[in-house]
Amino acid sequence: MVDSSSLKKTPFYDAHVKHGGKIVDFSGWLLPVQFKGMSEEHNFVRTSCGLFDVSHMGEFMVEGPDALKFVDNLITNDASKLNVNQVLYTPMCRDNAGVVDDLLVYKYSNVKFFLVVNAANIDKDFAWCNEVKNKMKADISLKNLSDGFAQLAIQGPKAESILQKLTSVNLSQIKFYWFCEGEVDGAHCIISRTGYTGEDGFELYFKPSEGLHLYDSILKAGGNDIMPCGLGARDTLRFESKLMLYGHELDDETTPIEAGIAWTVKLNKPSFIGKQILSEQKEKGTKKILAGLEMIDKGVPRAHYDVYHAGGKVGYVTTGAQSPTLKKFIALAYVPPELSRLDSVVEIKIRDKFLKAKVVSLPFYKREKK
Amino acid sequence: MSNVDYNIPEDLRYTEQHEWLRIDGKTAYVGISDYAQHESGDIVYVEFTSGVNQTVDAHEKMCVVESSKAASDVYSPVSGKVVTLNVELEDNPEIINEDPYGEGWMFEIEMSNPSEAQELMTAAEYKKFIEEAIS
Repeated sequence: MVDSSSLKKTPFYDAHVKHGGKIVDFSGWLLPVQFKGMSEEHNFVRTSCGLFDVSHMGEFMVEGPDALKFVDNLITNDASKLNVNQVLYTPMCRDNAGVVDDLLVYKYSNVKFFLVVNAANIDKDFAWCNEVKNKMKADISLKNLSDGFAQLAIQGPKAESILQKLTSVNLSQIKFYWFCEGEVDGAHCIISRTGYTGEDGFELYFKPSEGLHLYDSILKAGGNDIMPCGLGARDTLRFESKLMLYGHELDDETTPIEAGIAWTVKLNKPSFIGKQILSEQKEKGTKKILAGLEMIDKGVPRAHYDVYHAGGKVGYVTTGAQSPTLKKFIALAYVPPELSRLDSVVEIKIRDKFLKAKVVSLPFYKREKK
Repeated sequence: MSNVDYNIPEDLRYTEQHEWLRIDGKTAYVGISDYAQHESGDIVYVEFTSGVNQTVDAHEKMCVVESSKAASDVYSPVSGKVVTLNVELEDNPEIINEDPYGEGWMFEIEMSNPSEAQELMTAAEYKKFIEEAIS
């Protein structure tokens, strides 16, 4: 059992227990790792719909005349290209291009942006944003609203039809990575067509006091087409789709170029934090690069296992599992660029054995677009 | 707290590592309990670290069971000689989840010291042990 005395609960803790969730400590939060079973939940999201409580995520509000200037200096992606009501995925880096965190940027206007950051990094990110703000002497107010927001993710091909039953907002008009505000079953929400599963879906942000009933009303609206899902399925879903998990693929010592998300680094922006190192890496290459591996020998690759080639240690696994969709043992791993070509063979040290794996193309799984 | 009722057959013996032991004359069959398979979640891989005809001591590692969450070791509850390994599990590890006390058995040991088996927990003792672990 988890010692819960010092841990935080989301507004839906009681609902998780009621629905049979197996509760674990996830970076200081009591959250369900699974309900019926990880692979069952995983497959249900791929084919129907899953409901995730992600209230632990952090939310910051940036407001003021310099909001756009601040955000564009902070992140590697280009906020100036965003339309009102559009969402952007981006890393934010330090001067050495190491990733402080990866986040979503919501544009309300050029003077108002909403940032969504990882739970484990809220304090670090808020300190970093304030440091950047002060250094730039940016005329903005920066607020950490994390305690004031609950968040639910409704993910899977049936997400739209299920959520549509609870709102008069025409959801089909919201494109992927866009958002609006509106009522869902009486609660005022940010309705965002985003997610962390590789499927279509929505994320709702709302005041806990207004939306306590939403967990159950969404499950009720979905009936047999939806099931509550835990962090276990969330992890395998994002992993198959090669979505980054901070602390695994990304960290303070790793750059977005190394992580294979160069598409989030816009070097044509006049300036932003980390630009110099990222420009050099884009031009000259990096010492390590994220690759997708598939086991040739039988074994389960896991995070932190070492990768070997020709008798020497050359890299490490960041995430590994049996893919519930593909039924194969797969991993994301940092390897030298010369070993990142398709069909390159490396060895993963699993316990005391060196087991062969080959480089495969990423993502491991891609949904069919309608 | 837990509303799950675990299957704990009366005629088996159990260890604190959640292995079960079925005594059949001089030999014993070993697997992991319903509670253990439930706690592991979906089992995706089984690797035997011991071979047939090998002599093992009680508490010696026999195989590794990997679930979607983690790898865990399975030990022999008794000393003796390995008679059979259920190699079927290497190809179909999910059998352990589906039938932990039946088709999901892991290995058969010819016991060199059968009294060791009598020191293991009875079903009633094991039930109490689990209840204390999850309360």
